[in-house]
Amino acid sequence: MATTAVEHAHADVHAHGSKTGLWSWITTVDHKRIGILYGATAFVFFLMGGIEALLLRIQLGRPDNTFLSPEMYNQLFTMHGTTMIFLAIMPLSAMFFNYMIPLLIGARDVAFPRLNAFSYWVFLLGGLFLNSGFLFGAAPNQGWFGYANLTSNQYSPGLNVDFWMIGLQILGIASLAAGVNFFVTVLNLRAPGMKLMRMPMFVWMSFITQVLILLAFPVITVALILLMFDRFFGSHFYVPSAGGDPLLWQHLFWIFGHPEVYILILPSFGIVSEILPVFSRKPLFGYAAMVFSGAFIAFLGFGVWSHHMFSTGMGPIADTVFSLSTMLIAIPTGVKIFNWIGTMWGGSLQMKTPLYFCLGFIAMFIMGGLSGVMHASPPADLQQTDTYFVVAHFHYVLFGGSIFALTAGAYYWWPKMFGRMLSESLGKLHFWLMLIGFNLTFFPMHFVGLLGMPRRVYTYPKGLGFEIYNQVETAGAFLLLIAFLVFIWNVIRTTRGPANAPADPWNGATLEWAIPSPPQEFNFAEVPVVHSRDPLWETKRERGGQLPEPVRVSGAGIHMPHPSYWPAVAAIGVAAVFVALMMLPKLGPAGVVVAVAILFLGVFKWAFEPA
Amino acid sequence: MTAHADIAHGETAHEHAHPGIGTYVKVGVILFVLTAAEVAVYEFGYNHAGAGFGALLHPVVIPVLLVLSALKFALVAMFYMHLKQDSRLFSSLFVFPLIIAAVVIVALIALFAYHYAFQKLIH
Amino acid sequence: MAPAADHATTTGLDSRKMAIWTFIGSECLFFASLISTYLVYRGKSLVGPFPHEAWTSPAGQHFEPILEIKLVTVGTALLLFSSLFVVIALNGAQRNRRGQLLTFLGLTIMCGIFFVGMQVYEFTHFVHEGLKLQTNLFGASFFTLTGFHGTHVTMGVIWLITMFILALRGKVTPEKALNLELAALYWHFVDVVWIVIFPVVYLMK
Repeated sequence: MATTAVEHAHADVHAHGSKTGLWSWITTVDHKRIGILYGATAFVFFLMGGIEALLLRIQLGRPDNTFLSPEMYNQLFTMHGTTMIFLAIMPLSAMFFNYMIPLLIGARDVAFPRLNAFSYWVFLLGGLFLNSGFLFGAAPNQGWFGYANLTSNQYSPGLNVDFWMIGLQILGIASLAAGVNFFVTVLNLRAPGMKLMRMPMFVWMSFITQVLILLAFPVITVALILLMFDRFFGSHFYVPSAGGDPLLWQHLFWIFGHPEVYILILPSFGIVSEILPVFSRKPLFGYAAMVFSGAFIAFLGFGVWSHHMFSTGMGPIADTVFSLSTMLIAIPTGVKIFNWIGTMWGGSLQMKTPLYFCLGFIAMFIMGGLSGVMHASPPADLQQTDTYFVVAHFHYVLFGGSIFALTAGAYYWWPKMFGRMLSESLGKLHFWLMLIGFNLTFFPMHFVGLLGMPRRVYTYPKGLGFEIYNQVETAGAFLLLIAFLVFIWNVIRTTRGPANAPADPWNGATLEWAIPSPPQEFNFAEVPVVHSRDPLWETKRERGGQLPEPVRVSGAGIHMPHPSYWPAVAAIGVAAVFVALMMLPKLGPAGVVVAVAILFLGVFKWAFEPA
Repeated sequence: MTAHADIAHGETAHEHAHPGIGTYVKVGVILFVLTAAEVAVYEFGYNHAGAGFGALLHPVVIPVLLVLSALKFALVAMFYMHLKQDSRLFSSLFVFPLIIAAVVIVALIALFAYHYAFQKLIH
Repeated sequence: MAPAADHATTTGLDSRKMAIWTFIGSECLFFASLISTYLVYRGKSLVGPFPHEAWTSPAGQHFEPILEIKLVTVGTALLLFSSLFVVIALNGAQRNRRGQLLTFLGLTIMCGIFFVGMQVYEFTHFVHEGLKLQTNLFGASFFTLTGFHGTHVTMGVIWLITMFILALRGKVTPEKALNLELAALYWHFVDVVWIVIFPVVYLMK
């Protein structure tokens, strides 16, 4: 079908106006460009979150330090957590969803390209809004978990909590819109022959992630709405003096929050499952087990939320149920780890940078997983909760897990996205600095946590035995900074270099390596037909060796969606509605009316514009 | 590609199999009757709970109401939202979240029932 | 929101219909959270007015049970009938019966508007009776749950009015009946949410 399409001589693709310049980025509906926008934005936020962490580490570098005021410390640790979760790891995963899912399933774009642009713009505005609190000296300061009744008007009279809850509300809309989009894309836009059980593992894990997003984000939306009503309109959902119960917040928050941690890690599982086979020269070991264990982790993820709340005293029955369900998750996770090792076992390992980061991921994630099983047990958890032991645990899974895997993905797919190979030697330097820096920063936290050092406290007194550990941690944090400076230098150097990456630098197994690097706007001149789980390896076997470098074609006759700025207008409308709600006392209802008008203008113009 | 075209045609055939106005009206009548039954259960179970049918109904008002509500829910989903005729995939897109939603509601009620009972105990 | 690809989809199902079902699935958790909140706080209000019981304030002011079952039963019936009407309107669109389409779509919109009107009346009435969002936990969770349902009804009415205008211009043809089907699916979902809310909030003491 597509062969004939190429032969048509219509210049559709070229009729869409300019392909460069700021305006082309604002109006783009191309999943690859939106992916790059997500990646660039998220990386900037990642650096901000990193700088926040460094300031925290400087403060904690010695006892009784006064480098940061307690108030500033609260703002920084809150923004560090919120930023890394919602503005760094999630959108970095979203970069790969955007850029890679259509390529991996052999599609020309996502199911709803303009909705995709809308998601990005809402995400950007939400991220900016969340951070704008700094400009008013009122960044969120109540922790990323926002426990009631710390967030009540009584205890947080300033704007801090408002920036947080409204920022998260805006970001939730972006995630939900993207969730619907990628869910439908994976189900409906697969190339002929790509059955569900032939999909690349990254697509599978991303698909499961979308399910989690779709089912978990509405819950935090409601929890934040109740908080908004408490703060703006004086209701008493979380106010104990009026019969409300702060525990309701904790339950709603963690019903969202636990699936959220799988939203953060499952895409990383997928990335590692793509890279390991390619660099082991072997198909993924236990494909079906990988799929089902991923689905099982996600499903169980909805039945474990209260393990974040053992210390609230839920009673023996609830404690037992949630403890058991939590420990059960170790089984599918263990299956995955064994399968990754099984993939490499007996393979001919190509020791390239992406594989280094994957190995680092497996080792670090196992450690994070083990400390996780430790506080699945309520008696152990009661000792560890609110100490640095927990901080160590979740950094081992989120940094040692997600960030290592996302970095592996960046090195792996960089040539495909930008047509340039990142330097191997700088990449390996980046890896070793990151691995050492990471362990120096977070490993001592296990000890200092068990010694009783509480988290979220701006300083600690002398003589409790915390000093040496904290000094090592701070030194490690600076090593991490150097590691990412090496990465940035690698990117700058590569960008200045020639765009000479081949289409298939790693001898890849999946469809994206069959097309030029970077891909053309329409991805596949000819829609591929898939016969196996490793379609490109299959083709190479059939043809006896490497494929010839694919040629760039004109793409005439391939219909691609037109650029549009209405998604951006609608996104501005969404953000404006929330800002108007926040400014209700100052602007009055007129602000809300104007904001809703912008939103409706964007949505209607978008709906009635020819695609 | 032919296989896909076949599936597509199959789906169009499904679309044509949507029931006619007669079925819709019948379902509408049943829905109306069930709603009337709900209000009747409320009226008898609470306001005439002293004797006779009302006394019998009183202890089971809530389960009866839940069953009636579930029946109405299922009728609208199956016939008006066409889940009975449309692809099974759409049914799963609805039923799976419904299961999670039901589990969440039941778990929260149970957790808070314990929580409130415990608070009463210690105060 | 038309799909990017002009070729047939993998499952043979329309992407937009799949998207609306996905969205509806997601919304289940939204309403589940609101309903949970309502149920968890049932009977936990420290002061009245209460939904099903009379209450006398320490100052001696007497409050009757506040819910108006009769009024809401009428609203419930309207919403049920609107579901029937919209499905008949869709049937008309699919079979190119313009009269049937316009009549029943119009009736659906009328029912929706009357339902919202009923709710506005109910809310105003409650405020006059002394129940506000700030009064007690019942007020907070009641107004939030039914208010967000009402917001969904309002969105649905706006969507259906848009479809009605398109139908008047002859743009809801059998080939484009899917556009109406999407709106109808959303409308039915709003109806089934009310099918849950009606007994849970109004009928269970």
